Amino acid sequence: MYELDWSSIPGALPFLWQGMKVSLAITAVAVVAGIAWGTVLAVLRLSPARPVSLFAAAYVSLFRSVPLVMVLLWFFLIVPSLLRDVLGLSHATDLRLASAMVAFALFEAAYYSEIMRAGIQSVSKGQRSAALALGMTPLQAMWHVVLPQAFRNMVPLLLTQAIILFQDTSLVYVSALADFFGAAYKVGDRDGRLVEMLLFAGAAYFVLCCTASWAVRLLRRRVLA
Amino acid sequence: MDFRIFFSPVPTGETTYLGWLLVGLRNTVALSLAAWVLALALGTVLGILRTVPGRGLRAFAGAYVEIFRNVPLLAQLFIWYFVVPEIVPGGHRFKQIDPFAQQFLASAACLGLFTAARVCEQVRAGIESLPPGQKNAALALGLTLPQTYRYVLLPMAARLIVPPLTSETLNVFKNSAVCSTIGLLELTAQGRQLVDYTAHAYESFLAVTVLYLVVNAAIQLLMRAVESRARVPGYLGSRK
Repeated sequence: MYELDWSSIPGALPFLWQGMKVSLAITAVAVVAGIAWGTVLAVLRLSPARPVSLFAAAYVSLFRSVPLVMVLLWFFLIVPSLLRDVLGLSHATDLRLASAMVAFALFEAAYYSEIMRAGIQSVSKGQRSAALALGMTPLQAMWHVVLPQAFRNMVPLLLTQAIILFQDTSLVYVSALADFFGAAYKVGDRDGRLVEMLLFAGAAYFVLCCTASWAVRLLRRRVLA
Repeated sequence: MDFRIFFSPVPTGETTYLGWLLVGLRNTVALSLAAWVLALALGTVLGILRTVPGRGLRAFAGAYVEIFRNVPLLAQLFIWYFVVPEIVPGGHRFKQIDPFAQQFLASAACLGLFTAARVCEQVRAGIESLPPGQKNAALALGLTLPQTYRYVLLPMAARLIVPPLTSETLNVFKNSAVCSTIGLLELTAQGRQLVDYTAHAYESFLAVTVLYLVVNAAIQLLMRAVESRARVPGYLGSRK
């Protein structure tokens, strides 16, 4: 029978915290940039101009059809060489974090755009008609009248997606970038305590995500009330 | 870009690099199918448990969903592959079987149990979306609770939840790429191996991505056929 030994965890906490900061940084950038770009995509998707809406539809369906792991591998391949050419950086610069942020932002935008599209469609048509009748341009009506309501309706779903995104950031493991999960794996591997570290990492994710989901449920009740 | 690379033989000489990708594709499809069967079976049982009158059973299924939804898939996979064989009695026998079988079994169990939590929620939503009169009428007619589920609730719920199950089918297939991290030679892993051997990264990733898109489109076509057959006349989304 395997003897569990948790003694390597306390000493590893500072390193794990460094990893957690990487996970949270990627999540934060991807949520903000993903919602912004996703909202633009949703508006484009609903635009009457056919080429524009086709572009948005193609973008969303492409990113939703390819596994996240594959998208990450693409971005770890392309982004570093692109950034080095544009910014003239040396090869020593570590661009894995930047690549991960770009990849998650562009990938999650596809999912956020579907949420925002549903949000825009949930706002009653009279709102837009009234805004247009008041003399607003279609863009003004979208920005000042439709989007604020759509966003408010969709806040719980956007946050739930952010929790999923936080869990998905563990996949930067494929680039050996030390996020929280990667840090836990590295420590476990080094100390020969992989079993304990993996269980600890799983439990930490569980507690964090459960608490966050519970907070979102509370918020949803207040939004609906 | 030089796509002739796919037709040159691999170092061991028994196949071409294209052959590698096709083996990877076969493993991806086999893994997704195995996981999907497990997820449907277990998810249906759990989904039913979430709607039965017994409090303990409902709480059990609810706890299952919470655990499997709030731990990242990668962490679950590593726990199945690295942790479970260590701490479960008899796990040492698992470590003696063929490495590919080890990776495949751990991956299928992980993906299947992970997806079961999501299927469970769809089944529950399907059952709860039925008007309560259906269940009450069945019970009033003298059917037992299991009979009510078997003959009244489940046949209707099954047809209503086909569209959300389509997206879960696609999710299982896409999530199978995560299993490349434990060394299972599925499509993504074969693509990376090809990069290691030939340094033709763009060609390899492009081919792998196209293969994912093709299978994705095939699943969508197949599920659309299932959806149109399963549609309930008179319900939202039916054409009749």
